[in-house]
Amino acid sequence: MAKNQMPCRMLSTSGILGYGFPEASLDAGMARGVDMIGVDGGSTDPGPHYLGSGKTLNSARAMRRDLALMLRAARKHKVPLVIGTSGGAGGTPHLQATAELIRSIAAEDGLRFRLATIEAEQDTATIKTAIAKGRIGRLTGGPVLDAAAVDRSQRIVAMMGPEPFAAALDGGADVVLAGRSSDPAPWAAMAMRAGHSPAPSWYAGKMLECGATPAIPKGHDCLHVEVSSDAVVMEPTNPIRRCTPSSVANHSLHENPSPCIHVEPGGVLDTTDCRFDAVNDRAVRISGMTWEPHPYTVKLEGAELAGYRTISVCGTRDPLLIETLDDFLASIHEAVAQKAAALGVEPDGYTLIIRSYGRNGVMGAAEPILDARPHEIGFVIEVVAPDQDTADAVLALARVSMLHTDFPGRLCREGNMAFPYSPSDVSCGPVYRFSVFSTMAIDDPLAPFPIHYEDL
Amino acid sequence: MARIRDIAKVCKSKNAGPFQLTLDVVFETRSLYDAVAATGVLSPELIGRLYNVAPEDVLFTPYPAGLAFKATIPRAIPAGDLGDSDVYGCQQHAPLLEVDIPINRLADDPV
Repeated sequence: MAKNQMPCRMLSTSGILGYGFPEASLDAGMARGVDMIGVDGGSTDPGPHYLGSGKTLNSARAMRRDLALMLRAARKHKVPLVIGTSGGAGGTPHLQATAELIRSIAAEDGLRFRLATIEAEQDTATIKTAIAKGRIGRLTGGPVLDAAAVDRSQRIVAMMGPEPFAAALDGGADVVLAGRSSDPAPWAAMAMRAGHSPAPSWYAGKMLECGATPAIPKGHDCLHVEVSSDAVVMEPTNPIRRCTPSSVANHSLHENPSPCIHVEPGGVLDTTDCRFDAVNDRAVRISGMTWEPHPYTVKLEGAELAGYRTISVCGTRDPLLIETLDDFLASIHEAVAQKAAALGVEPDGYTLIIRSYGRNGVMGAAEPILDARPHEIGFVIEVVAPDQDTADAVLALARVSMLHTDFPGRLCREGNMAFPYSPSDVSCGPVYRFSVFSTMAIDDPLAPFPIHYEDL
Repeated sequence: MARIRDIAKVCKSKNAGPFQLTLDVVFETRSLYDAVAATGVLSPELIGRLYNVAPEDVLFTPYPAGLAFKATIPRAIPAGDLGDSDVYGCQQHAPLLEVDIPINRLADDPV
């Protein structure tokens, strides 16, 4: 690949579209010179709900605010605006919700440009064929992917690499919105397309995907990165933040199993031998990263319906109850089972979970402190059942059992629990779980990711 | 002796994908990092004991470039699945804070 001597300059506005950023930081970044504006749109981090339900992680209002500023800056400076994992989970509804915001801003501002949307949702036949051909790989901790898991899944996305982004830019797109993408892929695509090597290009993407998170103090803000032939220089555009060798080195720890080995579509970025040199007190130059090409795989993510949830929140301030809490909670489970059976709901027809905050609500079974005797304990009572009506009905039984069940030594005969809300019960709707988390080997990095163009 | 909570610059946990949890301990100075590393206390065995996982299931990486130790473990319950208590995995670090490291604090190290 021809080595380009001109650095590729890219600006990331924040960690996720819709988190917000100071407008002045965008302006300062644009004033420095920028070849691409981008932002990551999401991840699996907020859990399976968004992939399963098709809902966006951030509000349309918050995404529109960020998009409008970024789109106006991109069109004014005639540089591409590129967004991966649109709408939080990167499925088709998330992508379309983001595209609709872009169309609406364009119409309002009278902006004319070419929009590319890149789909990441996969049809079940494609995945089943890959299973049959032995092209599926396990990922640590992930479930086995079989045809039944595919059928149970509400939605399956594949995580694209840089190639579809590069293709969309080659196709003349001014704005690229992609479904599920490897977080660094949009940036890696831009830098490699400008002639830079994969290693610094991917490294730049690893940093840019989180906005100013590699800087200190942390905050949702803009990061400016220059990729040259063998190094990356990064600097936050807000003067209150700075990148230091230590802050940048430590960002490699973020949400990765390893700080050194980063598996990506088509290869592995190795940061073991990185050097971090301060350019000044706000900018850092990183060199020494390497890229080793591997057979091309993409990650698959899917979510399936796990039931419907209803919850209630309450607390006790009664030391006599707290002393006997384990027995009390066991008696609640028994009472609910009996009462539910009377409504025709058998014990395997619902899941009752009572979380005890102040005791082990945060760490659950992993909590090492077993003898804590707090003066009050908060509870989240939760029922998950195959339909909302059953979840509502069983939760109501659990709530009243928590309130009125007797326990040895009880003096608080009017009620065991303080409920802060009326109504006390909250129907939460469908609950999803990750059902697919595997790799799929592919021959053509573009094939699973169709690109649609529209001229606005 | 010195507890992690008294000598570390950062001690945190986070998801590494929905099926793994990653723990990071970062120190301020090279001398402190080296002293902690030399004790061998931060190890797959320690993480296994604190988090009820087998040491062979702990991916343990000393990271001198960041003056950090990283340990990645399987999640007992996948992020957001029924019974999970921490969707982002960011409040599972507390057992590490109390770990005692058998070192004498150095004069130039932060307290």
